[in-house]
Amino acid sequence: MAAKTLTIDGTQVSAEEGATVLQVARDHGIEIPTLCHLEGVYDVGACRLCLVEVAGIAKLLPACTTKISEGMELKTNSERLQKYRRMTLELLFAERSHVCAVCVSNGHCELQTLAYSHGMEHVRYDYCFPKWKVDVTHRLFGMDHNRCILCARCVRVCWHIEGAGTKNVSGRGASANIINDLNQPWGQSDSCTECGKCVMSCPTGALFHKGSTVAEMVHDRDKLEFIVNAREKKQWIV
Amino acid sequence: MVNEDLNVIAEKEQAARKKIVIRCCMAAGCMSSKSEAVKKNLEQAVNEAELSDGVEVRGVGCMKLCCEGPLVSVDSQNALYEKVTPENALELVQTLKGGNTGIKRGDWNHPFFKKQMSIVLANSGEIDPERIEAYIAVEGYQALLTVLREMTPKQVVEEMVKSGLRGRGGAGFPTGIKWGTVAKTESAQKYVICNADEGDPGAFMDRSVLESDPHSVLEGMAIAAYAVGANQGFIYVRAEYPLAIKRLQTAIKQAKQLGLLGSSIFESPFNFNIDIRIGAGAFVCGEETALMASVEGKRGTPRPRPPFPAESGLWGCPTLINNVETFANVPPIYRKGAEWFASIGTEKSKGTKVFALAGKINNTGLIEVPMGTTLRQIVEEMGGGAPDGREIKAVQTGGPSGGCIPAQHLDTPVDYDSLMKLGSIMGSGGMIVMDDSTRMVDVARYFMEFCVDESCGKCVPCRAGTQQMLHLLEKILNRKATGHDLAKLEELCDMVRHTSLCGLGQTAPNPTLSTLRFFRKEYEELLQPEEFGRYENGEARALK
Amino acid sequence: MDRLKVATVWLGGCAGCHMSFLDLDEFLIELAGKIELVYSPVVDVKEYPENVDVCLIEGAVCNEDNLEILHKIRARTKVLVSFGDCAVTGNVPALRNKLGLHNVENILQRAYVENAQNNPAIPKADGIVPRLLERVTPVHEAVSVEYFLPGCPPPADRIKALMTQVLGGKEPKLEGANLKFG
Repeated sequence: MAAKTLTIDGTQVSAEEGATVLQVARDHGIEIPTLCHLEGVYDVGACRLCLVEVAGIAKLLPACTTKISEGMELKTNSERLQKYRRMTLELLFAERSHVCAVCVSNGHCELQTLAYSHGMEHVRYDYCFPKWKVDVTHRLFGMDHNRCILCARCVRVCWHIEGAGTKNVSGRGASANIINDLNQPWGQSDSCTECGKCVMSCPTGALFHKGSTVAEMVHDRDKLEFIVNAREKKQWIV
Repeated sequence: MVNEDLNVIAEKEQAARKKIVIRCCMAAGCMSSKSEAVKKNLEQAVNEAELSDGVEVRGVGCMKLCCEGPLVSVDSQNALYEKVTPENALELVQTLKGGNTGIKRGDWNHPFFKKQMSIVLANSGEIDPERIEAYIAVEGYQALLTVLREMTPKQVVEEMVKSGLRGRGGAGFPTGIKWGTVAKTESAQKYVICNADEGDPGAFMDRSVLESDPHSVLEGMAIAAYAVGANQGFIYVRAEYPLAIKRLQTAIKQAKQLGLLGSSIFESPFNFNIDIRIGAGAFVCGEETALMASVEGKRGTPRPRPPFPAESGLWGCPTLINNVETFANVPPIYRKGAEWFASIGTEKSKGTKVFALAGKINNTGLIEVPMGTTLRQIVEEMGGGAPDGREIKAVQTGGPSGGCIPAQHLDTPVDYDSLMKLGSIMGSGGMIVMDDSTRMVDVARYFMEFCVDESCGKCVPCRAGTQQMLHLLEKILNRKATGHDLAKLEELCDMVRHTSLCGLGQTAPNPTLSTLRFFRKEYEELLQPEEFGRYENGEARALK
Repeated sequence: MDRLKVATVWLGGCAGCHMSFLDLDEFLIELAGKIELVYSPVVDVKEYPENVDVCLIEGAVCNEDNLEILHKIRARTKVLVSFGDCAVTGNVPALRNKLGLHNVENILQRAYVENAQNNPAIPKADGIVPRLLERVTPVHEAVSVEYFLPGCPPPADRIKALMTQVLGGKEPKLEGANLKFG
C-alpha cells in the first residue's frame, strides 16, 4: 500500500492509501463529529455532520466516505462548518421529540453530547412535534420513534453484522421510519434473533432495553410503609 | 439482419404508403381526451366512404400542440384539425370528398410550429410508434448500422465529444466525456441505463419521446453501449407512464425479433439487450445513484459520489446513465455527423432542447427549439403569451431544482450557462409560465412542499431542513413571520444547498432563492413587525 | 453602585428550577448583597415592575396567562434568560403538542374527567383559570430571549456560573458539561 501525504487543519500527516478522511483524522487526534458513522459497518454519509472542506473542491465532502488523496488539503472545523453542524443538530432536535429530561439515554446520548459540544443552547427552529409511536411489543427491547434520527446504524448492524435483516427503513422524507420485517410489530418479527446489536448501536434513546425507561420505573412503595411502621409503631421487623 | 434487410423493410414500408395519410395523435395527452375513439371512428368513416385504398389512418405520437387536442392532420390538405371529437370524425373524412367541416383548423404557419426545429421530435407525430417498420422507413437503425460497421468504439466516443451534446436530464454534463469515462474504465461487465424517471411537475418531454418514438431511444442506447463496451441496458421508467412502458415493451420486442437488439447485432460481435425497470414513482429515483439502487432492487436512496457511476455503478460495475432525450439525440448525430449537430445552437450548448410548455400560457404543449432561442420567443411568439390578456410575470424552468426567471429577463437565450447565471437551470425541460396573478411566495411554497414530499429521508439537511423551510414559507404566507424568520429561511437555504447528500436536497432551495432574488418585495410585504423583540436603548417597548 | 434588579418567574413548569435556585445555598447570601429580587414566586409582589435588569424564566408557555406576563416581562426587562429545559425547549409540558390540534380538550378531559376521583368536571372560570394555548412553546418562540440556561433542572452550580457571569458584567456563556439538556 502506498502512503499518501495530506494536510488536515494545517498539520501535515501521512496515511495509507484507501483510508478515509475520518479514519486518518481520528488517527491523528483530530476529532470530526459523526452520528451515522459506526466503527465496523459501512458508511452511508447521511448525517452530514462530518462534512469537511477540501481545497479545490467546491462541494463539502463527508469525511466518512471520502478517501484520502495525495496533496489533499482539508479543513475540518472552519467557522462555516461549525455553523452548518450546529444547524444540523438543531434540525434534528426540532424534527422529532427529543426530551432529554425523560429519556433513557440522558447523559449518555451521542446527539445530546454533540449538541452541547457544539454550543447548541437552544433550538431556533419551531419544533415539529410529529406523532410517532413507541413499539414495546418485543420481549426484551423497545423502540421509541420519537427519538430516532434515522442514522440507520441499527439497519446496518442488523444486516451486516448479525445478518438477520430484521430492521429496515420504510417511507420517505419526514415519514421515513425504521421498521421490522414487513412493517410489523417488533415482537412479531420472525427474523429478529434478539441479539440486541441494534440497541447497542443506537446513538440516542430510540432503541432501548426494556425496563430502563422513565415510564417503566418501578416505585417500591412497600419501603415507605416499612419506614412509617418503624417510626410510628416501632416495628422494625416485617 | 444486414444492411440490405434494413433497406428491404424501408422500401416495403414506403411502397405500402397510401396516397393520403390522416394522422391521429395517440400520445397520452390526446388519448386522455378520447383520441383513441377518434381514430377508430376515422377508420370506420374511411371504410364506409370506401376510401381505404387511398387513405391511411395512422396513429402517431405527440403532435405537440397539446392544449388543442385531440389533434388530427390530413397531409393532402396540409391541414391540422383541433379538438376533434369521435362524433365529428365522419365529417372530417367527408372533406376528402369535398365536404365542409366546422372543425377548428390549426395553423401550421403559427410560430408555435414554425419556430420549432425537430431533431429529437422529428418522428413524433409523423410515424406510428408501435411499428418498427415505420421507424426503419425514416432511416431508423441506420446510425447503429453505420457505427457498428464503420467505427471503432473509440471513434464513436470521439464523434460524441465533437458533437458537443450535453446531458438533457438537467445538469448538462458533456455526454462525450461521460461516455469516454465509462469506456476507459476496465471491467468485464458494464451497463447502460436510460433515465426515464421524469418527475418534475409540469414536465412531459421524456414521456412524449417514449410514446412517440421509442426506437430512437433504443437505437441511441445501443450506440452508447457499443461505445462504452456494455452488453446490457436498462430503461428506468416510472409506473405513472403506462403508455410509454407499453410502447417501449413493444419496441424492444420488435427490435429483438429483427435482431436489432440481442446477440450479434448486424452480424457484428456486438451484443446488447435492454430490459425495462419500472419505478414506483419516487422523484428521488431520478437521481442516478438512487436510480441504480432501485434497479438493483434496493430502497431508492442516493449515496455519496464519488465513486461516480462511470467508475462504480450498477452492482459495482461501470455504468453509463443518460436521459431519454440525450439518447434520442444520438442516432441523428451519427446519421448526419457531429459537425452538423455542433452547428446548431450556441457556442457552449449545442443542438436543440425539448420543452414542455405549461402554465398560464395560450399554447401549451411540446416544443423543440435550437439552443439559444430566447425565452421571449418561446413564451410570447410560440406560446402566444398569457391568456385573458394578462402579463407574463415569470417563467419557471428546471422544476423543483430550478428557478423563476422574471419577465425583465425574458430576452435571455435558453442555454445551460445563461439560465445558470439567473439562478435557474435548464433542467429536463419543464417550462411553467406564470402570469401577474401568481404570488411568487406561493410558487416557492409549492416547490418546497414538493421537495418535502419527495425527500427520501436519508440525509438530515434535506429531510429536516426542507420541512423547516416549508414551515417558514407557510409562516410568511400566513402573515405570522418577522424579518427574523426570513433571515432564518435564507440561512437554511444556504445550509441545505451546501450540505445535502444529493441533487434533490442541494437544489431544493433554488425556487425559494430565485424568487427571493427577483421578487423579494413580495416576501417582505408579508412580514410582520417584531413585536416582542429585544429591549433596545433602555426603552421599554409599548405593549400591544 | 445600584444593585442589579433581578426577577424570576414561574410559567408552565414544575418549580424544579426554582428549587435548584434555592439550592445555591450560601451563594444566595452573597447574591442577596448584589441583587435586588424585585419579582419572584418567593417574593410577595403582585405586579411585574418596570426597569428590571435580568429575569430568569422557568417553564414553557402553556396558557394565556403565561403569554400575557411574558409580553409584559419582555417590555420591562433588559435581559431575559430561559431558565431550565421547559423554558428552553418546551420539554415535558410541550409533549401534549404531539396530540395535535384539539389536544387541549383531550388532555383536560383526561385529567379532570376520566381520571378524576371526585367531582369530574373541566374547570372553567374566565378571568380566573387561564385558558390553555393550543400549542405549548418554548419561551423564545413567544418573545426574544437573550440567554439560555438549559437543564432539567439546571444544577445550582450551573445557575451560579451564569449568575456570576451576569454580575461580573460579562456576556453569559455556558460551555461543555454546563450546557446540557435533561
